[in-house]
Amino acid sequence: MLLIECPHCGPRAEIEFRCGGEAHIARPADPSALDDNAWAEFLFYRSSPKGVHAERWNHAHGCQRWFNALRDTMSDRILATYPAGAARPNITTIEAAR
Amino acid sequence: MTTAFRLPKGGRIDRTKPIVVRFNGREVPAFQGDTAASALLANGIHFVGRSFKYHRPRGIMSHGSEEPNALLDVDRGGNRREPNNRATVVEAFDGLALKSQNHWPSLTFDVGEINDRLGAIFVAGFYYKTFMWPPKFWTSVYEPIIRRAAGLGQAPTAPDPDRYAQRHAHAEVLVVGAGPAGIAAALVASEDPNKRVILCDEQAEPGGALLHDVTSEIDGVPTSAWVKAAIETLDARENVTILPRTTAFGYFNHNHVALAERITDHLRVPLTGLPRERLWQVRAGRVILATGAHERPLVFADNDRPGIMLAESLRCFVNRYAVLPGRQIVIATTGASAYRAAIDLKAAGASVTVVDLRLEGDCGTELVAAVHAGVEVLTNHTVIGSHGRQRVTGLIVAKLDGNGAVGAPRVLACDCAGMSGGWTPAVHLFSQSRGKLRFDSGLDAFVPGASVQAETSAGSCRGVYDLAATIADGAKAAGGSRAVAASPTYTSFQPARIMPAPPGQKPVKAFVDFQNDVTAKDIKLAVAEGFTSIEHVKRYTTTGMATDQGKTSNMNALGLLAGQLATEIPAVGTTTFRLPYTPVTFGTFAGPNRGDLFDPARVTPIHDWAVANGAKFEDVGLWKRAWYFPARDETMHQAVARETKAVRTSAGIFDASTLGKIEVTGADAAEFMNRIYTNAWTKLEVGRCRYGLMLKEDGYVFDDGVAARLSPTLFHVTTTTGGAPRVLAHMEDFLQTEWPDLKVFLTSITEQWAVIAVQGRRAREMIAPLIEDIALDDAAFPHMAVRTGHIAGVPCRLFRVSFTGELGFEINVPADYGQAVWEAVYESGRRFDVTPYGTEAMHVLRAEKGYIIVGQETDGTVTPDDLGLSGLVGKAKRDFVGKRSLVRPDVVATGRKQLVGLRTGDLSLILDEGAQIVADPNQTVPMKMIGHVTSSYMSANIGRSIALALVVDGRRRMNERLHVTTPNGFAQATVVEPVFLDPEGVRLHA
Repeated sequence: MLLIECPHCGPRAEIEFRCGGEAHIARPADPSALDDNAWAEFLFYRSSPKGVHAERWNHAHGCQRWFNALRDTMSDRILATYPAGAARPNITTIEAAR
Repeated sequence: MTTAFRLPKGGRIDRTKPIVVRFNGREVPAFQGDTAASALLANGIHFVGRSFKYHRPRGIMSHGSEEPNALLDVDRGGNRREPNNRATVVEAFDGLALKSQNHWPSLTFDVGEINDRLGAIFVAGFYYKTFMWPPKFWTSVYEPIIRRAAGLGQAPTAPDPDRYAQRHAHAEVLVVGAGPAGIAAALVASEDPNKRVILCDEQAEPGGALLHDVTSEIDGVPTSAWVKAAIETLDARENVTILPRTTAFGYFNHNHVALAERITDHLRVPLTGLPRERLWQVRAGRVILATGAHERPLVFADNDRPGIMLAESLRCFVNRYAVLPGRQIVIATTGASAYRAAIDLKAAGASVTVVDLRLEGDCGTELVAAVHAGVEVLTNHTVIGSHGRQRVTGLIVAKLDGNGAVGAPRVLACDCAGMSGGWTPAVHLFSQSRGKLRFDSGLDAFVPGASVQAETSAGSCRGVYDLAATIADGAKAAGGSRAVAASPTYTSFQPARIMPAPPGQKPVKAFVDFQNDVTAKDIKLAVAEGFTSIEHVKRYTTTGMATDQGKTSNMNALGLLAGQLATEIPAVGTTTFRLPYTPVTFGTFAGPNRGDLFDPARVTPIHDWAVANGAKFEDVGLWKRAWYFPARDETMHQAVARETKAVRTSAGIFDASTLGKIEVTGADAAEFMNRIYTNAWTKLEVGRCRYGLMLKEDGYVFDDGVAARLSPTLFHVTTTTGGAPRVLAHMEDFLQTEWPDLKVFLTSITEQWAVIAVQGRRAREMIAPLIEDIALDDAAFPHMAVRTGHIAGVPCRLFRVSFTGELGFEINVPADYGQAVWEAVYESGRRFDVTPYGTEAMHVLRAEKGYIIVGQETDGTVTPDDLGLSGLVGKAKRDFVGKRSLVRPDVVATGRKQLVGLRTGDLSLILDEGAQIVADPNQTVPMKMIGHVTSSYMSANIGRSIALALVVDGRRRMNERLHVTTPNGFAQATVVEPVFLDPEGVRLHA
């Protein structure tokens, strides 16, 4: 079970959280302006990197707030957590997190 | 009763507390401090069980949790019976009842022993090769027989009388294993009083292998004194928690380690209030693994006879329990550590011979010491077999010549034998932590390589076997240093995969994995049949599987496989070490979550009334909902018919409190509603309600419900009963992450409001006498309006809505007043013979009107248009969640399933919900399925069965005759509009 640092509550056990998939995918301002391919890209396509992945997490059984986390999908190490809306920290490799 | 093999002095047993345990009914005298194994051995009992597959006689092989053979049925009294307990870890107490397993009719005469004679049949892959034909025999013949034959003990059938506890703990340092390395680590780690240190160990007392070391000294004192002083130091530190009888069985992410603490199993009468076991979930800053090492058996023919034990275990029984496992002992070894056992056994009075595979020149100081102690030593000798069926009577040994050829065999008579093939570090937890193992050829073992988590291995679990070095290693792991002087440890060994045997030796069983009855021949056969991966060989032969997880067998199996494949062990690799390290009871995992606490039940404020009035309940999510209210001996069918008729003819009352309820408030509440729902909300007047559909971004229906506008900035939203949490989460997600600029607050009010639905043409008359401050007439309070006021003196939000098609109101009152208002309304309705109805009647009533239920008519792939509800989609709205997806090519294409009604040819036939629909029942199989039934009921009001279905292009198939699967073949059904009653909606305005 992961230990996740909620930016608002501090470190908490994974069972308090819900993962919401890849982060930093903004909903298009005007969806009707998108053609079918572009809309499908937004709706269905997600990256699944081996390494650092930015994810949305919700502290569902805590403050209920959404935030983002950088997780290394190889080691499950969480390299950073930050509030929703904040810029992604410039960590692209696990080494950079150390 | 004599305990012929108990030494007159010594050991850590309490001789002032004699006890008697029972083995297969026989009285076995012992002492407090004995294990089941030491109690049995003290009485000369080695033969304690039958092996898994071949039913061979088996004895006690080890002294710890790695025991593969001596699995006993343990009865602690009071329905505390459990099979498959390792005799070596079960603590004895007065009255403990032990039984051997896996035999019939008795331990000494077992019919199953025939399997041993038929060994040629029961080779690796026996199941796969044998039970193949004919296929239908599998379920009817093979599986029942195999199931009866499989397994060892009998599962208990009585309920578990014990209580189990669980707790979470945080520590700066968790030390697993309280042997010399672990104790040293804990001493150093806990010097800083601000560091919380947990030291856990699977044994009853700390000390590890030092508990049976009576000759070594540390800094000039006996090891037992060193342990005692160290534990006293640790005990005095408030930042230290010492957990004996506690096994770290699982190592998870982020230094999350699970421990199983056994609290009462060693007590004759468990103290009241104590749980039997406690699951600890520890989150540690650093984990220090000091889990020790396991001794390897030697692989030779008939190496499994009762009385043949691990050499170090002989030493343990003689020193720790003052038990002489035999009087004439032969120890076969390929290394030095067994000499220490030989010397200790000799000192205790046994006659001891060591048979060493090594050349005399390869031996160290241990050889001289043994000879000096009076031990006979035969170097350059192999073991090629043993004698004795139910107890070893002799080892067959032979000298090797200069070329390694096996000389003439001779028998060394004995009543007990030891074997030692070297040591295997217990890397199970390290491996579970995802650390990569590294093969150390000098140690002939896999040792921890790079750590992945904040973890350090120390002592013999990473191949550091010398006592002083082990203590220094433990201290270093904790970030300190501790240099001690200690007696030297005999550590070196010469790896042997299989003991040299004469060529052409008759087919033999030389066991590699004792618990799973896997022999060296099985591994050879697996390779001959083409298996090369260790993971495949493991599953094909079952070596290293089950509860044992290869503790004693792993390295021998790997070595044999590498030899067969003519490669090196690192190229073979290891299998994955699975948790749990040793078996953990279900009770530990379940903890308090059983009985009433297994799954929390949610009840409405009106629940007690429903119980008192005979309701039958159904589970809807966690909710207990009144299902129907049978009068006297009515069947469900009769009750539902009566309830549904009453609503259509007079009035019914229904507890709708479980509806999800959310308050959407704030300056931008209407804009938020507009974006979340398909329909338009900005122009909804205060005091009006609207039925809304909510989609996911993919365009499929997610939830529905009525929302009321109570003020320009306040909406009272209702959701489906099961959908409340996910709808709130969905709203919060968009509010927080996509539209953080909107000034909106969302609050769950499901538990705060009780909801009483009054439905039927008498509904208005029923509630009118209880309400003074709301005008109820149709003009002042039309359908789909909402008013606030008071009912029976209680503040209420009164909705005029209907989920039945009748004139109806839903009375929302604060939950605490729910039952009082319900009773007042019910009393008021008696003159109209108001009928309480349950969820089943509610379902029938709404289906008669074709009202959908999300999750029943929808399955996550249904659009508003599929349901015939495209009128609810705000075409003029620029955007809402899911809008763009409604013009995706596959959503606008023809051929989608659409909601229709079905009328069966047989009026009384109730179709199965989920039944498939075809157009032509005579087509060839596989048939083209064009839809399925979503709802199906008997309607007493219409006088026939009704059904709703999703059918491909359903709206173009009106009056078409389709065919629906039933358990008795196809039934005819005609496609109709999905509204069976009052399509004009006249009744809503009664």
